[in-house]
Amino acid sequence: MNYWSWETFSEALPMVLQGLGITVGLTFSCYAFALLFGFVWTFLRRIPNKLIHWIVTWTMEFIRSTPPLVQLFFIFYAWPMIPGIGVTLSPFTSAILGLGLHFSTYIGEIYRSGIESVDKGQWEASRALNFSVFDKWKKIILPQALPPTIPMLGNYFIIMFKEVPLASTIGVAGILHMANTYGARNWAYLEPLTIVGIIFLLLSYPSAILIKKLEVKMNTRFDKKAALENVKKGAVM
Amino acid sequence: MSDTIKEPIVQFIDVHKSFGDVKVLKGIDLDIKPGEKVAVIGPSGSGKTTIIRMLMTLEEPTSGDILVEGNNLWKMSKKGKQVRANEKHLRNIRGDIGMVFQHFNLFPHMSILDNCMTAPVNVKKEDKNEVRERSIQMLERVGLGDKLNNYPSQLSGGQKQRVAMARALVMRPKIMLFDEVTSALDPELVGEVLEVIRDIAKNDDMAMVLVTHEMDFALDIADKVLFLDEGVIAEQGTASDVIEHSENERLQTFLRRFRSV
Repeated sequence: MNYWSWETFSEALPMVLQGLGITVGLTFSCYAFALLFGFVWTFLRRIPNKLIHWIVTWTMEFIRSTPPLVQLFFIFYAWPMIPGIGVTLSPFTSAILGLGLHFSTYIGEIYRSGIESVDKGQWEASRALNFSVFDKWKKIILPQALPPTIPMLGNYFIIMFKEVPLASTIGVAGILHMANTYGARNWAYLEPLTIVGIIFLLLSYPSAILIKKLEVKMNTRFDKKAALENVKKGAVM
Repeated sequence: MSDTIKEPIVQFIDVHKSFGDVKVLKGIDLDIKPGEKVAVIGPSGSGKTTIIRMLMTLEEPTSGDILVEGNNLWKMSKKGKQVRANEKHLRNIRGDIGMVFQHFNLFPHMSILDNCMTAPVNVKKEDKNEVRERSIQMLERVGLGDKLNNYPSQLSGGQKQRVAMARALVMRPKIMLFDEVTSALDPELVGEVLEVIRDIAKNDDMAMVLVTHEMDFALDIADKVLFLDEGVIAEQGTASDVIEHSENERLQTFLRRFRSV
């Protein structure tokens, strides 16, 4: 076995792990950006104006139909060259903006499906009880629209986590970047890239299980709350 | 209450409503006095529900005026001109009106008690403890004092509808609208809901408009009965006027079909 060396493996491991903080940090930052910006898309699309609706829909479509890698390159290399609005961003910020924006269009769609799944009667009841627009969303619609989307949102977290290595192409020093650097320096790619694979597996798989559990919990949430109340009452009586 | 002639609390003046090309209401004129109990009867598709949905601001009339305590519900004046009402204008008037729906529309993510408390606390900004007291009283009144912490999914249809009535009553509306509230219920659960409505009609002084197919019940509790047919009020009057003295043939046919006696 000349191909595989445990020595190389144990030498590469600490170096690759140095990038773990960046990879995980970038994932969470992109995700937070996408979760917030998803709301922007969702609410922009609800504005009852045909022109705005059309512009927003096609902007989303455009962002979704172009590869995230191209978007990353555009934001990092091309945008600074546009006179007037061009800004040079750090690789990390570019990655948050690029990947976050790309995934926000998907997350906006998830929010939309959640909102549309709320029964028409709920809107009418909020109206009949004279809720303000803000309270209607806060107290009635979103508490029903969002919980069912949590499993889907979780899936996108994992998908995004797996797309984050794209950022290594613009120099974000995540685990893939570190593995590549190690490989180039020592002419040994097998071990460091295997390590990268293992790390992704170790992080993705438990997350997937967690999301499955969350899904079950979401589907039975009202029954459970109620069951708990009954247990409490039973204990008192 | 004194015998002085009361100003109507609700007035419909030549109200029309179309959905696309379909004309549902073709000129409704209607007065409802404070405290008056009005039953709206008529064949399916005659526009009964549309009348109260426009009053609840769930549907906008195509033309005509709806006045609530003298205020034009769907129009407001802006710089001396009459324009379409905005949400703020609607909100100001809508607060006096409550509605019970065919499909209950309880909030599934809240307990029964919270369903009753949420609007008075969040919309009317009333004191939470006072609202809790009042909600519990109201739920006891509709016979659900032992279900305060249950969730809607654990209740029967009849129980859900009684919660929906309690929820509307806690808001202390001046006008209560009932939209075929027993139509989605199993037959054996209809009675318990009608009992609550009868209790409200007898003991509360708010105006009530009932759209219903429970003919005997409607004729029994209503001060005024409207027979709606093909988009117009074909007949109106006291229950006995409408049943015994009306010459309207379609009404007689309709009554024969729906009444048990």
